[in-house]
Amino acid sequence: MSLTLLNVIFAVVVAIAFAAGNAAYLVWAERRGAARIQRRPGPNINGPFGLLQPPLDGIKLMAKQLLIPFGADRILFIGAPVLAMYPAIMSFVTIPFSDAIVAHNINVGILMIFAFASTGSMSLIFAGWSSRNKYSMMSAVRAVSQAVAYEIPMLITTITVVMIAGSMDLMEIVNQQSASILHWNIFPLLGNSHNILMPVSFLIFFTCTLAETNRAPFDLGEAESELVAGFHTEYGSMGFGLFFMGEYANIVIGSCMTTILFLGGWSCPFGLFPGVWWFLLKLYLLIATFIWIRWTFPRTTIYGLLNLSWKILIPLSLANLLFTAGLIKVF
Amino acid sequence: MVTYFKDIYSGLISLFIGMGVTYKEFFKPTVTVQYPYETLTMTEKYRGHVELVENEEGKPNCVVCGLCQRACPSACITLAGEKPEGEKKKVLTKYILDFTRCSLCGSCVESCNFNALNFSKEYNLASTRKEDFIFDLLQRLKDRNA
Repeated sequence: MSLTLLNVIFAVVVAIAFAAGNAAYLVWAERRGAARIQRRPGPNINGPFGLLQPPLDGIKLMAKQLLIPFGADRILFIGAPVLAMYPAIMSFVTIPFSDAIVAHNINVGILMIFAFASTGSMSLIFAGWSSRNKYSMMSAVRAVSQAVAYEIPMLITTITVVMIAGSMDLMEIVNQQSASILHWNIFPLLGNSHNILMPVSFLIFFTCTLAETNRAPFDLGEAESELVAGFHTEYGSMGFGLFFMGEYANIVIGSCMTTILFLGGWSCPFGLFPGVWWFLLKLYLLIATFIWIRWTFPRTTIYGLLNLSWKILIPLSLANLLFTAGLIKVF
Repeated sequence: MVTYFKDIYSGLISLFIGMGVTYKEFFKPTVTVQYPYETLTMTEKYRGHVELVENEEGKPNCVVCGLCQRACPSACITLAGEKPEGEKKKVLTKYILDFTRCSLCGSCVESCNFNALNFSKEYNLASTRKEDFIFDLLQRLKDRNA
């Protein structure tokens, strides 16, 4: 696919619309899901099933005044929410939704997505640092330690998948899994890897996605009970709105990556009608699991979080990496 | 080393059990009441502010003995009555409840020997003015029968 100007503009518009639309309606889905789990109806006043709630919330947020606290670092303070949103939109450039729907496939797609994803935690640091607020500052410190702790197992697990696929091209990784459900990287039986530890890898990757997107039970950056609202304590108006949307856009990216790396992307489990709908189905099932997990588990402590990463996830992912390398050598 | 893997395994299993619990809850019907659109009927023993009890003719049961006024620890109740010509009993002419001071202790209801007072089931009480909470119970009785 050639990279013409029209192509680029179209891709940008679609990516922003997809990210923003998902962010808006995942908030609705989250609130409805939370309500169902807690046996409430959830937002149901505005429009059928409360479907007009997200645009109305958006209008409310946009109509509010953007206050910058006295003594705050203005440039960083304004820049942080933008930084929260942009990695998610940038990542859509290379994520393939099906073999035809991809803005621009590059042969180091994984690398690019992880490069942008790691700048996502910069937004938390900037916001926490520039707010001139002790709670925000503590939240920034936590965000850094959390990002460091969870990028490692996530990247090691990704390396495992890249080793099996022998490519960093997302299209290529999906194509190698597309033969049948048993070729998916989560299932070890057929395909390149005969690695029985791949379900563990999937769990590690999924856990790290949760932690990377600052979702409960790992949302220590915005632990309300301890840090007021963490890094976005001082933000109002669309500054807060962008953080909020950024969180959901990052969930979409994380779920896209999990789908591509482990669940066979757009390939169908039974070989029927491969296409973008299978990708979207897997994507939204994963997102539903995100929401389900958030409303099931209480927030961990910062010690629990770091212990989980350094004592369990990193050793296990390293062991799996070695095991996979051995298997590749053998077969 | 064995306990390390055992802990991981049991921890993982407990996570899935927890998710099973919320999965089951997801499909159960909602239990909350959408308050302004639907309301619950109050239980038998619900204590709202006191209300006068009427007899068959729609007149209050009260004989203006004043026991409730004396029983009230916060002096919320002001009542007055008169004896019309040729009648045996006194007739209530005024019954004011100052609900701003009432603590809903129920001493007035307890002290009443003529079944003239009971608790109402009213709970939609909100106002920005103090005067709205000084109830004329006689007027409320008339409004109720009207």
